[in-house]
Amino acid sequence: MQIFAYIINKNGKADDTALELALAAKKLDSEAQVTAIVAGSGIDSVCQEVSAAYNDVWKIDHAALAYPDSEIMGKILPKLLPEKAVLLLAHEYLAMDMAPGLAIRMNSAYIADVTDIEGLDGSVAKLVRQEFSGMVSTHNTCDLSDGAVITIRPGVFATEETPAVGGSVVDKSGDIVIPETQRKYLETVEAEVGDVDISNSEVLVSVGRGIEEEDNIEIIKELAEAMGVDYSCSRPIVDAKWMEKSRQVGTSGKTVKPKVYMALGISGAFQHLGGIKGSPFIIAINKNPKAPIFQVADIGVEGDILEIIPELTEKVNELKG
Amino acid sequence: MEILVCVKRVPDTSENEIEVNSEGSDIERDDLVYSVNEWDNYAVEEAIQIIDKVGGSVTVAAIGDDESEEVLRREMAMGADKGILLSDEAFEKSDGRGLATILKATVEKGNYDLILTGAQSDTGAAQTGAMLAAMLDRPYASLVNLVEVIDDSTLKIGREIDGGNQEMHEIKLPCVLSIQTGINEPRYVGIRGIRKVASVEIPTLGAADLGIDTATIGDSGAKTKCIDYFVPVMGEGAEMIEGDTEEIVVKLVEILKSKGGIK
Repeated sequence: MQIFAYIINKNGKADDTALELALAAKKLDSEAQVTAIVAGSGIDSVCQEVSAAYNDVWKIDHAALAYPDSEIMGKILPKLLPEKAVLLLAHEYLAMDMAPGLAIRMNSAYIADVTDIEGLDGSVAKLVRQEFSGMVSTHNTCDLSDGAVITIRPGVFATEETPAVGGSVVDKSGDIVIPETQRKYLETVEAEVGDVDISNSEVLVSVGRGIEEEDNIEIIKELAEAMGVDYSCSRPIVDAKWMEKSRQVGTSGKTVKPKVYMALGISGAFQHLGGIKGSPFIIAINKNPKAPIFQVADIGVEGDILEIIPELTEKVNELKG
Repeated sequence: MEILVCVKRVPDTSENEIEVNSEGSDIERDDLVYSVNEWDNYAVEEAIQIIDKVGGSVTVAAIGDDESEEVLRREMAMGADKGILLSDEAFEKSDGRGLATILKATVEKGNYDLILTGAQSDTGAAQTGAMLAAMLDRPYASLVNLVEVIDDSTLKIGREIDGGNQEMHEIKLPCVLSIQTGINEPRYVGIRGIRKVASVEIPTLGAADLGIDTATIGDSGAKTKCIDYFVPVMGEGAEMIEGDTEEIVVKLVEILKSKGGIK
């Protein structure tokens, strides 16, 4: 089988997921010929970088691709790829923009956010994904016989055992025509800098939906103050405008690397966990014993944060005298 | 501006413990609290805010059984003008492509300038809006967290990307956008509001009404199928602390102290 992998690259560097996709392709079919597709402007170094892990690299270098517009790529790729191609992408904001439409334009199967690959039975792949914010997993079949677009959750394929293939770079830049599109990229607006940079915090008291009401946020601030540490939150708290965006932990917020992380009323969706790096010691308190956070936490308490947190704050204050 | 918002009735994960049934064939659906998919609710609010500024109408459409009507009524109570229930046995077990096929046929029955979906729903695939756009060959943007109407033919939109950054684009109408949570503050809907729209007629359209070839949807059209459900195991699992609140708190303070969690 020939498998293609779309490589995300920024500022002349391949994203971590470049190697993860190479591993995922081998897991799907250990005999596969795996081709990396690198698109952008001035991407020679990226092509060189990824060639070690792929059988070959297709370079698509064009000034119009300096910003990897999914509307443009979504029209180029179906013309460039062979019929019935199997294409892997990392499941993040570019793939969410581009991949489902690609499957329609390629008339192929689509499956999103795959967390494990169990193998291939003839032309049917058996794949694992999650539903309901990670509370349940599912086995899925995906028929590859008409080709497929598959997005892979970032981080699930560890990159230690990268296949060393040492492929060559093939310049495909001349094979493409930049299409007219009805969407025009203007600019990227950088995130606002908040009063505290939680990405440098050593300890974080982090709160999620379990806090229930805006007025209750105060008990989190009081605990953080008693402990002498910073507070942060998960996405629903920012959506509700109860804390500023700069305090949001997760792939769409800040990436943090504390030593100790308290997850209070946070269920532990992968977008949240994706923002926690460096394997901190995690203490989770949640009413729902099935919350995914308990699987990754070191210490868990099944209970109501509204009851436990004020008591904990009092105890910490007692300790400090 | 004529806006169609595609909404879905889903189990509310903040109100339920989602469990797998004993056969592993589905989640346990008895006694589940259902609501409108959270992302869709933001999409409906955004649509209402747009027509409040520039005029027009908002139609909400849901694929599902009769019970999806309550979700449509809820969104109509927020301010959507019309509801359409897309219901047919042939729609069941559709994959993303099947759902987009049903929605495409629905879009083609109307004259919509803008089609909104939630960025994702209970299955977490984040696929339907993008597929619909490709089928209609209209421009698309995902994870939209800002919409500004520039003129009759153009919107300025923001997309939420990583690290809290935002990508700005101009996009031509007619287009499809999938809406991210946090883009607005969806208005509250009371019992009274729902009562007001209780008698508004909601038409039901099936495959025949929409002119859909049933081989392209449902189980027969699905290239991707969910075969079973199981409880994921991600890590070794937390050591659970038990006891009354006092005991738990004493233990937590001890642990926090030993791990350097108290400054």
